[in-house]
Amino acid sequence: MSQSKTSVEFFRGVRDTLPFCLVIVPFSMLFGLVSTEAGLSVLETLTFSLVVIAGAAQFTALGLMQENAPTIVVIISALAVNMRMAIYSASLVPHMGPLPFWKRALAAYFLVDQPYAMSMNRFDAAPKLSLREKTGYFWGCTLLVVPVWYSMTLLGALVGQRVPEWLALDFAVPITFLAVVAPMLRTFAHVVAALVSIVAALIFASMPYQTGLLVAGLAGMMAGAEVERRRSQ
Amino acid sequence: MSAFPNLWIVIISLAFGSFLLRLSFLGLIGDRPLPDWVLRHLRYTAVAVIPGLVAPMVVWPAATGGDPDAARMAAAAVTLVVGIWRSNVILAISCGAATLYASLYLLG
Repeated sequence: MSQSKTSVEFFRGVRDTLPFCLVIVPFSMLFGLVSTEAGLSVLETLTFSLVVIAGAAQFTALGLMQENAPTIVVIISALAVNMRMAIYSASLVPHMGPLPFWKRALAAYFLVDQPYAMSMNRFDAAPKLSLREKTGYFWGCTLLVVPVWYSMTLLGALVGQRVPEWLALDFAVPITFLAVVAPMLRTFAHVVAALVSIVAALIFASMPYQTGLLVAGLAGMMAGAEVERRRSQ
Repeated sequence: MSAFPNLWIVIISLAFGSFLLRLSFLGLIGDRPLPDWVLRHLRYTAVAVIPGLVAPMVVWPAATGGDPDAARMAAAAVTLVVGIWRSNVILAISCGAATLYASLYLLG
């Protein structure tokens, strides 16, 4: 019965994520480059991508370590950048919640931005899909995206040891972050959150141990949430 | 010996932390809804943390010893504008990098 329909969904997922692979290639290579530039070994860089699979959080951790932030600040800030994963997790419950625990745990490890976004689009567009079909689609979405992330990090790390000085790679991290965050500024509340965070980060930049970033992050979150609450009333 | 003494602590903590965030609802909390005010704050974590992280790097870049630098400011501005305008990460990075190299070259 559904065996063939499941594989149809699986290959649809593979196909739908093809364009994203083009985006992931330079992004993951850049992580490999910047990471080895910062002094991490190839093995450390690859392990980082293998176990975390989250570009923005990895760049955050790298940037803060380079500024000699204390370990706890590095970890809290990078995890804060990854908070969106909890939202992803919550929105997949209605679709993949009935799976056995080990399958949900495995899916959680692979729950990264692109497969999440594509799966939610597909499940919204085709709500009648069975559990097996939905799961098949999700795995199809991860088939290329995740290995591309690993392998291109490795390639970037291997190439990175031969990058000339004039490339000014010091600025690759802020540029990458700005490019990642710009499309997120979808609503007035998002813009306010970002502006409050920038102002607070500059004012509190001299706070010890980079703790100014935690203040700025909290202030930005509260500002965004408050604007959203007022506008929805 | 690594460049950063606590690198492995950071990597392992982020691995477990990220996995637990991804597993949170799907694996553990299930269908029980979070209070609205919590979800409302979670929606703004990324846009609140990333700009705060980047702002000091742009205004006081490490490469110039912390002195404000026109080339890096211009590159940051172009990246942000292109990113908002086209919602395309790679295009924004490319335009920002092109601006950086052009202005580093022109401003010497």
